[in-house]
Amino acid sequence: MAAREFTRYGSNLRRVMAKYFGCHGAWNMALSPRRATGTQRSSHTNLAGTGVRVRGGRVSKNRAKGRGKTQSKLEMLLKLELQSNPEALCLVRATVERAAEVMHFQDSETRAIVRSVDEALANVIRHAYGGRPGHPIEMSCYKMPGGEQKSAQGGIEILLADKGVPAKPERLKGRALDEIRPGGLGLHFIRQSMDEVEFSRKKGKNLLRMVKYLTPTSFAAHQKENGKCR
Amino acid sequence: MQIDARPATGGTILDIIGDIDLAHSPAMRKALLQEIREKKTPKVFLNLEKVRYIDSSGIASLVEGLKASRDQGSRLILYGLSKTVREVMELSRLQKIFEIHDSEAQALAS
Repeated sequence: MAAREFTRYGSNLRRVMAKYFGCHGAWNMALSPRRATGTQRSSHTNLAGTGVRVRGGRVSKNRAKGRGKTQSKLEMLLKLELQSNPEALCLVRATVERAAEVMHFQDSETRAIVRSVDEALANVIRHAYGGRPGHPIEMSCYKMPGGEQKSAQGGIEILLADKGVPAKPERLKGRALDEIRPGGLGLHFIRQSMDEVEFSRKKGKNLLRMVKYLTPTSFAAHQKENGKCR
Repeated sequence: MQIDARPATGGTILDIIGDIDLAHSPAMRKALLQEIREKKTPKVFLNLEKVRYIDSSGIASLVEGLKASRDQGSRLILYGLSKTVREVMELSRLQKIFEIHDSEAQALAS
């Protein structure tokens, strides 16, 4: 149902983005919906000048989870194709914030999800691509079903993929907070904010998987308003 | 992001408007260090009332500003932190390191 909600949300994406672009009038937006046949239905939003492509819609798929022993049916909520441009972060934050709201995460949880995505993308831009703009980053958001051991209420899974230099293992540990010095806080924020954080590298890509589970309180609100789009 | 400077009792107020993220934290860092190191302002007040978001690069810029102010023997005073900004401060365990006030009046009276 969340995917259906998000499909409706997809139609409202123009309004959300217009709000964003209204604040930063230098960018233009062109909406170019594309509907697929069969069970898949999606719409693409191309944001001229930013290199960001948004795909919202109902795309369900089975994807192996963990070490491949369990199959979990994940529903795609959103896919963004963006470039390593710091100016795009503001746009991604607005989009992810709305996605988390639609899934009925509480405000503090929504802020945690937004913060984690922003910090993870900033790390990709700074470290994987060395601050160079114009390199590809993919972000996919999935709705996780409830009822599993780890996620009775379900949650959101966010995957980031980039083709930058491999992350150094020592960089993935973060740093002690006792030191008062600039830098090295982003990974700490991510680990503090999300329930699961996994780094890997496959087929020349850095992959980051982040999961945030709905709490029973959030889940109750979700059930109550199921079928509605806030 | 927009940064405006205005004079205040014993120093300067920097009004920050917008998000302090990877795209904009360098501008804030530059304004902050210019005020502390070049102008040698004894008290720099950072008005964060209209800051909706701050990321780790923004926090890093604030830490740099704090270190510079300690080196200069001046003061860096923050006020008007939103819930989002306070959360990030707490996550980085820096809320007790910085001099933070709720309002401009409290900050100026400090």
